Amino acid sequence: MTEDHRLTADERRSLRCLAGIMIPASQEYRVPGADDDAIFADIVSSLGTDARLVVAALQRLAALSGGIFAEQSGAQQLLACEAFRNERSPLVTVLERVTVQCYYRDDRVMQSLNMEPRPPYPRGFEVESGDWSLLDPVRARGRIYRDAPENRGD
Amino acid sequence: MTIPVDVLIIGAGASGAAIGWSLADTRMRIACLEQGDWIKPSDYPSTGRDWEARQLGDFNINPNRRGNAADYPINEAGSPIKIANFNGVGGGTILYAGHFPRMHPSDFRVRALDGVADDWPIDYATLEPYYAQNDRMMGIAGLAGDPAYPPKAAVMPPLPLGKTGATLGRAMNTLGWHWWPSDSAMATEEYEGRARCINLGHCTGGCAQGAKASTDITYWPQAIRARVELRTRCRVREITTNSEGMASGAIYYDADGAEQFQAAEIVILACNGIGTPRILLNSASPHHPDGLANSSGLVGKNLMFHPYAAIRGAFDEPLDGYRGPHICTWSQQFYETDLSRGFLRGYTYQFSRGHGPVTTALWGMGLGRIPWGADHHRALRRGFDRSAGMLAICEDLPEEHNTVTLDPTLRDANGIPAPKIDYTLSENSRRMLDHAVARGSEILRAAGAREVAFESPMQGAGWHLMGTARMGRDRSRSVVNEWGRCHDVKNLFIVDGSVFVTSGGVNPTATIQALALYVADNIKQRLANLFD
Repeated sequence: MTEDHRLTADERRSLRCLAGIMIPASQEYRVPGADDDAIFADIVSSLGTDARLVVAALQRLAALSGGIFAEQSGAQQLLACEAFRNERSPLVTVLERVTVQCYYRDDRVMQSLNMEPRPPYPRGFEVESGDWSLLDPVRARGRIYRDAPENRGD
Repeated sequence: MTIPVDVLIIGAGASGAAIGWSLADTRMRIACLEQGDWIKPSDYPSTGRDWEARQLGDFNINPNRRGNAADYPINEAGSPIKIANFNGVGGGTILYAGHFPRMHPSDFRVRALDGVADDWPIDYATLEPYYAQNDRMMGIAGLAGDPAYPPKAAVMPPLPLGKTGATLGRAMNTLGWHWWPSDSAMATEEYEGRARCINLGHCTGGCAQGAKASTDITYWPQAIRARVELRTRCRVREITTNSEGMASGAIYYDADGAEQFQAAEIVILACNGIGTPRILLNSASPHHPDGLANSSGLVGKNLMFHPYAAIRGAFDEPLDGYRGPHICTWSQQFYETDLSRGFLRGYTYQFSRGHGPVTTALWGMGLGRIPWGADHHRALRRGFDRSAGMLAICEDLPEEHNTVTLDPTLRDANGIPAPKIDYTLSENSRRMLDHAVARGSEILRAAGAREVAFESPMQGAGWHLMGTARMGRDRSRSVVNEWGRCHDVKNLFIVDGSVFVTSGGVNPTATIQALALYVADNIKQRLANLFD
């Protein structure tokens, strides 16, 4: 059984709605929102051990919005989100984590950030070695450590 | 039924690996019990597209969040700083950043120099040859000539400075403050079968390239070739003692959960500053009602972390971002005591490059710098690939009320009582953290940062676990003697961070391993009368 089965249909709709509010699509940056089909499918299938906390967070959002979050008006949803975030509950972090960790591994999003859509290994990356003469002033100032008295036992 | 061994090491991390390797040349029969398993390089997060996500999950630094089969739960509700560790062959070196500073001569003499805490019964000169030996075994990159240290050799060239190191270095020069390439446990060239670093930028999720010096690829292969037996997925419950008060072995649960007994002539604990006191306290018996080796009452007391502050700046120009080892350079400008600063002792800055987009987003959202909604994209791009900063590693002074005890109800998967942490941040630490944030902000502004943000203390930064079985000559004020042997049990040794008398203001792995090699040499030199 996948973690997906822990979400009801209403919870899935509410989570998707919330993901789109958190990170909406942008024409300016040519990126989808976190409620995009592929990204949201990744979010739901990746909930893992966070599923229980996500459900708790959605229940809190429902309480703040006066019903099923996805069924509220846009204005009510934004008010509920603001109240939810102002509570500074760890549940806010959970919703941000499950959304962001999938959103920023989508090819379209990575490319918009000028990232190659690939894992770091095995190709790695280039980093310039740098100009070590920058250390000359540090050398010129001399030692900064303290001598310590000889060990004579405690 | 297991075959009795001469030496039983508990824990296959930084120190267990080092002492196992060193003792192998005695040709004694040596076995090591490790509760975790070998980690395959192909399993490390940087091999997949979910490399950042997995660091929030199965490669998380916090064992309670990670919850792998090898992990044991820790009640950390009583501490503002949460525990970071890893259980497996290599221990904490699997997930450490590889920042590898030594302690300083003054760190061993804090009472004599600064009138605080206690002096160590050994000094820098005692450990210096072991630091050097360990640098060669681990393969440390660095640059000789650092004016913050007595002379020491570099094994390999330093990590690349990159745009980040150069930007911050120029700022430090403007301010007239010390900085230097960090000693780093990274192979910057091929070294002893390890491939060179290719700047994966994901050292703290485990190095798929094998460039980072975790002990599963440094000490252990050599120790195993020298016939040290490493038994994985074996969790020790307690150390047993005989009628003469000597350790007789350990009871453990094997990979199938079956209870086993391993008899040994010498037992060595290498389980870190929480795991070691946990086993000693779980080894209470009618002869040792307060726990084994605890006649001083100090087992589990004086827990020290290094309180951390993270200070980061956002710049207009692109820097290294997520490319390259996160560590880069360090500063010890504020390391030695200066009473005008309002606190005793000091700290190291560990300068660092940027993060991947997930970490950038979560950090920014957590601080309120990256909003929800349409402006999310613009705010993220203002920080992504354009951030740099530092961690301040503050010396934590020993206080007996900071403790590791046994939780009355929490148990691990084998039913063994779990540790409970109670820790309070001292006023000295708070002042030091405030100073570090103020000076760090000054550095970042001098480097051109348009925005500076910080987290202090870093809640998740309980990486360094020290002081809970301290070293000393006075058996009423310490748990082990000046060469790591328990005062109360003359064939029981401790070689992990538990034995630290004070913490210094540096990452402790180099010192932990140097101590393990030093204790090993003492055992070898005293074999004829080791138990006298």
